[in-house]
Amino acid sequence: MLEMVVSTLTQGLIYAFIAYGVYITYSILDFPDLTTDGSFPLGAAVTAVLLSKGCDPYLTLAAALLAGALAGFFTGFIHVKLHIRDLLAGIITMTALFSINLQIGGSNLIIPRTTDTIFSAAPTMAVFGGLSLLYRKLIVVCLLALIFKILLDLYFSTKSGLLLRAAGDNANLVTALAQDKGRVKILGLVISNSLIALAGAIVCHEQRSFSATMGTGQVVFGLASVIIGISLFRKLSFVRGTTAVIIGSILYKACISAALSLGLPANLLKLVTAVLFLLVLVFSGRRGEEIIRA
Amino acid sequence: MLEIKNVTKIFNSGEATEHRLFQDFELSVEDGEFVSVVGGNGSGKTSLLNIICGNLPIERGDVLIDGKSIAKEKDFVRCRRIGRVHQNPAMGTAPNLTVLENLSLANNKGKRFGLSFGINRRRKGFYCEQLADLGLGLEDKLDVKMGALSGGQRQAISLLMASLTPIDFLVLDEHTAALDPKTAEVIMLLTDRLIREKKLTAIMVTHNLRYALEYGSRLIMMDRGTVVLDKKGDEKARLCSDEVFEEFNKMSIRVSDGELN
Repeated sequence: MLEMVVSTLTQGLIYAFIAYGVYITYSILDFPDLTTDGSFPLGAAVTAVLLSKGCDPYLTLAAALLAGALAGFFTGFIHVKLHIRDLLAGIITMTALFSINLQIGGSNLIIPRTTDTIFSAAPTMAVFGGLSLLYRKLIVVCLLALIFKILLDLYFSTKSGLLLRAAGDNANLVTALAQDKGRVKILGLVISNSLIALAGAIVCHEQRSFSATMGTGQVVFGLASVIIGISLFRKLSFVRGTTAVIIGSILYKACISAALSLGLPANLLKLVTAVLFLLVLVFSGRRGEEIIRA
Repeated sequence: MLEIKNVTKIFNSGEATEHRLFQDFELSVEDGEFVSVVGGNGSGKTSLLNIICGNLPIERGDVLIDGKSIAKEKDFVRCRRIGRVHQNPAMGTAPNLTVLENLSLANNKGKRFGLSFGINRRRKGFYCEQLADLGLGLEDKLDVKMGALSGGQRQAISLLMASLTPIDFLVLDEHTAALDPKTAEVIMLLTDRLIREKKLTAIMVTHNLRYALEYGSRLIMMDRGTVVLDKKGDEKARLCSDEVFEEFNKMSIRVSDGELN
C-alpha cells in the first residue's frame, strides 16, 4: 500500500511538468496547444537514444529541454508568422513529431539495466544512496519539480514573465507597450514545450523505456491537472498557480492509480483518463470555452 | 508634427463591395494641438486612427511623424511614440493582473522586457502619486486586480498607462462612449488635465459634439472620408454649438439622400 502511495506521488510529480507546460499555454497564454502529445514523447525519444549511447544522464535532461523548445518554437512560428490557427498549428507539429520521434527512437526503445539513469548515477547515489530505488525516485523527482516550480515563479515575476501573463490576458496591451505579441506567444510555447519534453525525459529515466505512442492523451492529462488544481484553489489567492497544478497532477494520478488497483484493465487507461477529464470539466463548472483563467 | 499625406484607403479592393473611403486624404496636426474629430458612422473617423496607429494598411500615401515616414512600421513599433485609449475600458489594461502590475508594465513601455524583476517596489510611491492625481481614490488599490475595478476606474488607469512614459501622440478612440454620463464627464476632465499637464499632442474621436466643442484646440468634422469642417484657435473658440449641429445635420441629410439613390 505504502509502495503504491509513493509511486503514485512520484508519477504525479513527474507529470507535474506537463501540468506546468499546459498551465503556461492554456491558462496564462490562452493558447490551446496540442503540441504536447508530440513534445512529450520527443523528450523521451531524445533521452532514450542519448542514454543508450552512453551520454551523461543529467545532460539528457538538458537535451530534452532543448528538443521541446524547438517543437514549441515550430508551433509558435507557424502560428505567428504563417498565420495558422492556434489549434491547427499544434496539430501540425504534433503529427510531424510522431514521425520524427519514430525516426529518433524507433517504435520502442528499452534502456538496459546496466545503463545509469538520473536515479542511479554516481552523483545521485552519493547523496541519496542510502535510500531504496523507490524512495530515491520520489526524492529526485520531488527536488526537480520544486526547482522548476521556483524557477517558474521567479520567471513570472520578471518583466518578461509579466509581459507573458499580460499577453494571455489582453494581447492588445502587449502591442500598446510597443512589444511584438507574436514573439511573446512564441516564447510562451517554447517554455511550455521544453517543460513538457522534460516530463517525457524523466518518464524515460523512470521507466527505462521509450515508446512512440506514449504521447497520446498527455494534453488531456495536463489540462485535467491544471483544471483540478486551479478549481481547488480558486478561492485561495495566496496559492500560486504552479503549486495548484502540482497538486492537481498528483490528485489526477491518484485517481488513475486507484482505478487501476480496483482491477481496471490497463488497456482502458486512456478511456478512464478521458472520462475523468470530462467529469472534472463538468464538476468544476468549466466547460472548456473560457479555459481556466489563472 | 503628424502628417497624413495623399492617403487612399479602399476596402474590399477589386470586389463588388469595393468601397473607397479615403481619396488623397490630407491632414496635419501640429505639436501641442488637441484635435477633436466628429462625424457620423462610416465617416472614417476610426479608420483614420487605425491608419495612424498602423492597424489598417493603406493603398497609397504616407503617414509621417516629425517628417519621418512611419507608414512601413508595424503597429507595435509605432506604439513606442503613440499612446492609445480605446472605447472599451477592458482594451487598455490586463484584467487578471493587479493595478501595480499593470502600471509596472506601462512604465516599461518601449523598453526591453527582460529577466529583471517586473515590479520595482521603489516606484510604488510614484504610482500612488499618479493614481492619487486621478482623484478617484485609486491610490490604495495597487494590489487589486484590474478586472475588479469599475469601467470608469479602468478607463482612468488606461489613460494614465497610455501617457505614463513620454509619447508623441495620444490617440483617444471614443474613450468616453462606453461610460455613464457622469463618469464620462470625469474621464473627459481628466483627459483634458493630463493633456495640458504633460503637454501632449492628442487626437480624440468622439460622438459627443459638446465634448468636441468644449475641449481641445481644434475641431474637425468628417463626412465620407473628407474633412467638411476644420476650425482651430480663436475660430474654434467662437464656434457655437448651433453651427456645428447645423453642419452635422446637413451631413446626415446627405447620408440619407445617398441611401435613397
